[in-house]
Amino acid sequence: MGVPDAAAGVAGGLGPSACEPDRPPWWRRWAAGKRWDVLAAVGLGGAAGTGARYGIAVGMPHPAGGFPFSTLLVNVLGCFLIGVLMVVVAETVASHRLVRPFLGVGLLGGFTTFSTYTVDTAELVMAERAGTALAYLASTVLAALAAVVAGVLVTRWILRAARRMSRRRAT
Amino acid sequence: MTVVLMLLGGAVGANLRYLIDRRAQRWRGSPFPWGTLTVNVLGSVVLGFVAGGALYGVDAEAVRLGVGVGLCGALTTYSTFGYETFRLATEGARALSLVNVATNVLAGMAAAAGGILLAAAIWA
Repeated sequence: MGVPDAAAGVAGGLGPSACEPDRPPWWRRWAAGKRWDVLAAVGLGGAAGTGARYGIAVGMPHPAGGFPFSTLLVNVLGCFLIGVLMVVVAETVASHRLVRPFLGVGLLGGFTTFSTYTVDTAELVMAERAGTALAYLASTVLAALAAVVAGVLVTRWILRAARRMSRRRAT
Repeated sequence: MTVVLMLLGGAVGANLRYLIDRRAQRWRGSPFPWGTLTVNVLGSVVLGFVAGGALYGVDAEAVRLGVGVGLCGALTTYSTFGYETFRLATEGARALSLVNVATNVLAGMAAAAGGILLAAAIWA
């Protein structure tokens, strides 16, 4: 039904669009295929994570030239939680499809920050606190990576223990 | 009001990171996380510029909170960087995981310094 109609439309050659197929404007092409619910979840999570990071920064201020403890805490905590989240998403069944965009990309991505880390380090170097800068640079990387590993391992261990317990209860 | 601007910046920054990362994954088939490197370098240069501006006397709270804390803070990420490094290391690409740490830190630092210097060149 639909096919002969469409063919008739093309053969009829109605206007210039028949010779030159209508290319939608760039914003239509950009918007096509975007999952707006995913973008909304990422945005909501990003705003919430940013607010939490700002709250911790205001609560733990560091003087100019001092060690940025609040950013270190935020980044290490966020890395631990992404380890937890990725294990939970990967190893438990049926998590909602917006869980990762909201919690992983949005909340934890918005909570942690790389730019404050690099700019704070550069400002420490400029304030002639090269030792503090190096200590901050290295301790954040090492603690953050250790936190990811810890988050993954702790969550796997808890899930395994929970499964063992439920199996024992079943038998 | 500036807090609203900051939260809005956070929402926009997180979405920009998501879209840039997806674009990068489509462009390159390699396991190296180019998308995260891109956003971390981009956010570092912009925040460096904002922080440099504040340092040299053009300090606007709306810009510092909206663009600095909100947009750049949410555009860049440590958690994804950390998790991707962990995955590279545990999935048989240990050398690549070290390269990932080195490039993010070195390129991010260079970008931050570049942003500060650019602000200094304009306002200092």
